[in-house]
Amino acid sequence: MLDDTSDGYITTDGRRIGGVLMEMRNITLRFGGVVAIKDISFDIREGEIRAIIGPNGAGKSSMLNVISGFYHPQEGEVLFEGKPRPPMKPYQVARQGIARTFQNIALFNGMSVLDNVMTGRLTKMNAGLLAQGLWYGKAEREETENRIKAERVIDFLEIQHIRKTPVGRLPYGLKKRVELARALVAEPRLLLLDEPMAGMNVEEKEDMSRFILDVNDEFGTTIALIEHDMGVVMDLSDRVVVMDYGKKIGDGPPDEVRANQDVIDAYLGVAHD
Amino acid sequence: MPEQLLFAMEVTLNGLMAGVMYSLVALGFVLIFKASGIFNYAQGVMALFAALTLVGIMDGQVPFSHLINAIFGTEVHNFGWHVPAFLAILLTMVVMVGFAWAVNRFVLRHLVNQEPIILFMATIGLAYFLEGFGDLMWGSDIKKLDVGLPQGINTAIDDVTFNLLGYGFFIDNLDIVATVIAIILVTLLVLFSQYTKQGRALRAVADDHQAALSVGISLNMIWVLVWSIAGFVALVAGIMWGAKSGVQFSLSLIALKALPVLMLGGFTSIPGAIVGGLIIGVGEKLFEFIVGPMVGGATENWFAYVLALLFLVFRPQGLFGEKIIERV
Repeated sequence: MLDDTSDGYITTDGRRIGGVLMEMRNITLRFGGVVAIKDISFDIREGEIRAIIGPNGAGKSSMLNVISGFYHPQEGEVLFEGKPRPPMKPYQVARQGIARTFQNIALFNGMSVLDNVMTGRLTKMNAGLLAQGLWYGKAEREETENRIKAERVIDFLEIQHIRKTPVGRLPYGLKKRVELARALVAEPRLLLLDEPMAGMNVEEKEDMSRFILDVNDEFGTTIALIEHDMGVVMDLSDRVVVMDYGKKIGDGPPDEVRANQDVIDAYLGVAHD
Repeated sequence: MPEQLLFAMEVTLNGLMAGVMYSLVALGFVLIFKASGIFNYAQGVMALFAALTLVGIMDGQVPFSHLINAIFGTEVHNFGWHVPAFLAILLTMVVMVGFAWAVNRFVLRHLVNQEPIILFMATIGLAYFLEGFGDLMWGSDIKKLDVGLPQGINTAIDDVTFNLLGYGFFIDNLDIVATVIAIILVTLLVLFSQYTKQGRALRAVADDHQAALSVGISLNMIWVLVWSIAGFVALVAGIMWGAKSGVQFSLSLIALKALPVLMLGGFTSIPGAIVGGLIIGVGEKLFEFIVGPMVGGATENWFAYVLALLFLVFRPQGLFGEKIIERV
């Protein structure tokens, strides 16, 4: 729909993937003399689960930060919904409908789980200051609607039992889930997950994988995620970009990528014979 | 009733009202601290600057007149008009919003993600700058501020209590007005921070900058908003204290009285600032009344600080402050 050159594809499990939602064109990002990302192009299609993988220091997080506006590339172009995107501040990107989570979890520790999730709806509130303060008219309708949406996501991610708990007191795995809830409640066009499984045990990883699949299935959310754990990603994603030392060394469906010699070398090391 | 007890009641009442004045100043600190984790050393000077600006505008003073006269050899001092108090307050508020914008544009924006201590140092610099700037703009002579607030003893209360108890309570009209205004101000602030989108965004920014950005909050917008509100609170405090004891440099020192209030109430709590102010107000007046004569008086100078010190030892987060939870 968004791209004339292609109408998408059908996944192995029979889901229909749409046109290009986001396209990165020849992105190069430098920090002083260090090149974090070197001339990388790839796209993210509507409805798809797209993974970016690579060893530590490959530039995955930098790439995610480019998409979410925390970094601005020196070269290249970012296209969102078919239109080139001017350099934007992170909050402007968020308002465009790109929500994200962070590798090291960025939550509002002093607030309850519910309040944290409600902040995800901030961009959807338009009522006047006075109306909000007095809880009147449009403000009341908006708040009720936002609350319903928040509760739905909370139910969906199975965190009802901790709704009123201050986030600072939660264990790591639940914090990750709350962060996902906050991103999800914004009803994003694109959901960015930065190492959603990092530091989790096997059970928690399985839970998180299930939630990611369910979110994609239930809400039709387009998801781009970063992982360095190959195993989880391969089961989860429709297409995978592999990065190493800031360069793209592979791009395609998991099976194809897994067979790619460059990828194997990057992960297992090359035998110098 | 024995005269001593009545007198103690009067002292308590006066203490409560003095406490409200402390709370007014402390509120400005709490607002900025909540929203940005910055202890704004310049809050007292902001109150002074706001009061100076208000007087200057009302009297039709030419801003920077000394500077202009020195450079161009002119002799301008006054526009020769008088601006009504209401309009002057509005104009002063515009100046304070402009100040908030400038602070954000020229100071805070360059210090994003810096340590709190660095931001604190920046506000010390800001305090000295603003102090000098205020002098340069409006002159350093002591000014009288009269925005038409009632002053002097409230005769109604004096009469009623005299007839009922045989002892007239001395309550200053200005203190009554200050109390009413403080109550209105606090109600508005609580409504704002608890029930509006901007209030929620403000709490979010205070908690985590990165997370706030990721849910679509503009840090610049929030900071200008918060400093504007702090400017407004400074203006109200400046009017009250200025009306009480004149607009002069010592007005900026009221900030020092706000410190113990904050330690008592907690740096992050609006109700805490109120209750802390009241406790200190009443406490220091009663202490002076009861213990003062035994130690030769002048206990008001140190009572608040000793109380704050005790709190720091036994309850560092204050009465209402958020307990610091750290998972390890």
